Amino acid sequence: MILQLGARIALRHLLARKRQSLVSLSGIVLGVAFFLTIAALMQGSEEDFIHRLVDNSPHITVKDEFRVARLQPANQLYPQGAIELRHVKPLTETRGIRGYQQILAGLRTMQALRASPVLADQAIASFAGKDVGITLSGMNPAELTVVTTIQNYIVAGSLDALQADPDGIIVGNTLIDKLSLALGENLAVTAPNGQVHAFKIVGEFHTGRSDYDEVQTFTNMKRAQALFDRANRANSIIVKLDDPYRARLVAAEIESRYGYKSVSWQEAWEDLLSTIIVRDIIMYTVVSAVLVVAAFGIYNVISTVVLEKRRDIAILLSMGFRAGDIRYIFTIQGILLGLAGAGLGIPLGAGFMLGLMQVRLKFIGSSEPVPLPIDWSWPEFAIAAGFAIAAALCAGLLPARKAARLQPVDILRGAQ
Amino acid sequence: MSEVVIACERLARRLPGPVPVMLVDGVTFSIARGEFVAITGPSGSGKSSLLYLLGLLDRPTGGRIWVQGREILTLDDDQLAAHRLAEIGFVFQFHFLLPEFSALENVMLPMQRLARLAAPEVRTRGEALLRQFGLADEATKLPSQLSGGQSQRVAIARALANDPVIILADEPTGNLDSAASANVRAILKDLAHRLDRAVVVVTHDREFAADADRIITIVDGQMLPMPGRTSRSAAG
Repeated sequence: MILQLGARIALRHLLARKRQSLVSLSGIVLGVAFFLTIAALMQGSEEDFIHRLVDNSPHITVKDEFRVARLQPANQLYPQGAIELRHVKPLTETRGIRGYQQILAGLRTMQALRASPVLADQAIASFAGKDVGITLSGMNPAELTVVTTIQNYIVAGSLDALQADPDGIIVGNTLIDKLSLALGENLAVTAPNGQVHAFKIVGEFHTGRSDYDEVQTFTNMKRAQALFDRANRANSIIVKLDDPYRARLVAAEIESRYGYKSVSWQEAWEDLLSTIIVRDIIMYTVVSAVLVVAAFGIYNVISTVVLEKRRDIAILLSMGFRAGDIRYIFTIQGILLGLAGAGLGIPLGAGFMLGLMQVRLKFIGSSEPVPLPIDWSWPEFAIAAGFAIAAALCAGLLPARKAARLQPVDILRGAQ
Repeated sequence: MSEVVIACERLARRLPGPVPVMLVDGVTFSIARGEFVAITGPSGSGKSSLLYLLGLLDRPTGGRIWVQGREILTLDDDQLAAHRLAEIGFVFQFHFLLPEFSALENVMLPMQRLARLAAPEVRTRGEALLRQFGLADEATKLPSQLSGGQSQRVAIARALANDPVIILADEPTGNLDSAASANVRAILKDLAHRLDRAVVVVTHDREFAADADRIITIVDGQMLPMPGRTSRSAAG
C-alpha cells in the first residue's frame, strides 16, 4: 500500500513543479540519447573495423618458421646434460614448410576451416625501364576466393583468368598507374635468384590500402615455385575459419600439432585490439560523464523539492508516516525521473541513430559512399537505460536520506 | 471517571546546547476520554513542545508517557509512527494541508497509509468526514482554493480520518477570524463531549481556554497549579 501511495505522492511532487522537473528530465533524456548514439556509433565502427580486419586478413597464418629454435641432436639426446656446441652451422635447406601437402591434408580434416598454401617472396617488376619491388604470392587460383577477399576488390579482369592462363598475374591499381601498365600487357618479374619471367596482367584490384595496391601481386603457385626455384614448397598456409573468434585456439592446436609458427589474427593485430579496448574505456567514460552531469540535475531538483517540502514532510510524519516512507517518497522521485528519462531518451537516441544511418560518407579508398556503421544490439540500450536509472536513483537517494532525517518538531516550531 | 487515554509523569524536554534550555520541565497530568483540555501559557513557555511530546513527535529527555495505558518511550521510531497514525490526530495553526492534493485526498491520506480500509471505503469515509464539517462541495478543491476556515476544517477531518482517540491541536484558531474560530472551537468541543475523544488544545486565546473542561497552564516549561473549571483530580 505504501509503495503505491508513496509513488503517488512522489509523482504529485514532480508534477507540481513541471518546469523544474522537465528541465532535469530533459537532461537525463539527452544524456541517455547521446549515450546511446555514441555507444552505438563507436560499437558499430569497432565491429565494422574488426569485420574488415578479420575479412581481409588470414584468420591464421602458418609460417615456415619456429617460435623456438630447434634443438641440436646432442641436446635432444641429453636434455639434462651439460653440452656446449660451438660453431654450429645450421643445415642449408630450401626455405619453406616441409611437406606442406601433408599438413594441408591434415588441416582439411579439421572442422569449419579452409586452408590454402602460399609461396610468397620478394621480386622486382620491371616495365619500360622502371623497377618496382613487389611481393609475388603464388596461390592456387581456385582457392583465392576461398581464403582471401581479393575477389571483392577486382576492378578489371578477373580471378578466373588466372586459372585459365598459367602465366597470368593479378596486380593492384597503384602498380598499374606507377608503371603505366594496362590489362593484357606483359610484366617482367625478376626473382631474387636472378630468374626472369614475363607475366601477363589478367586482373587489377583496388583495396584502398595504397601500399598493398602497389606491392601485392598474385599468380599461380606452380609458376611461383618455378620462378623462385622452390619446387613443391610453400612458405605459408593461410587458414580461414567459419568462426574467426576461435582463431587463437585453432592456431595453438595447429602449432602444437605441426610445430610451425601459427599466428592468429588476434596475435597479429594485438596492439590494434588493445587500442580498441582503450578507445572503449575512453568512450564509456565520456558518455557516462554526460549522464553523471544529468544526475546532478536530478539531485538538484529533488533537493529543492525536499527543501520546499519540509513542512509537508513534517505533516506526513505527524500523520503517522514513517521516516522510511519519507525516504521512499523522495527516492521514488529520482527513480521516476530516471525511468522517464530512459523511456524518452531511448526513442530519441534511436531517432539520432536512424538519422546518423542516413549520413553517407565516402571514405578514401572506398568506391562508393557508405553509411555510418551503427550497432543496434541490445546491450547498449540496456546499459544506457540502466545507467540512467542508477544515476537517477543515486541522485534521489541523497536528498531522500536527508528528508528522512528531518525532525518534524524543528520544522513545526519554525513554522509556527 | 472515564478511561485515561494519555498520561505523563515528570515529563521533561531539555534542548541541548551551550546553555541548555528546559522546554518542558517536570509536567505530570493525565487526560481521559471525553475531556476537552486547553494548554495555555505565554509565548515560548513550552506549550507546543509539550503537545509535540504528547503527540509522540518528539522524545522527552526525562519522565514517562503512557498512551492508552501503554508506556511508549521504549518504542522505536516506527512504532511511534504507528501510534501516531492510528491513535492520534493532529491539527496545526496553519492548516498544513498538502498543497498538491485535493481536500478529499488530504483526508484520505492517513487512511491510505494505515490501509485498514479498502479503497472504496476510504473514499466513502473521506466524503462522509467532509460532509460532517460542511465541506461536501469542497472535496475536489485544492487547499489553495479553500478559505482559512474551510482549510482548518479539512485539517480536522484529516485528523479524524483514522478515528483516533486523541486529538491534539496547536493553536487551531490562531490564524482564523472570530466566526471561523468559534466554529472550529465548537467542532473540537463536540468531538470531546459528543464523540468521546480526548481533545487537547494549545491556545493563548482566553475565550477558547475558558470554554475548556480543564486548563493546564505552562510557564517556563512548568505546570502551574492553577485551578481549571473542573477539579484537577485527573492528574496522577
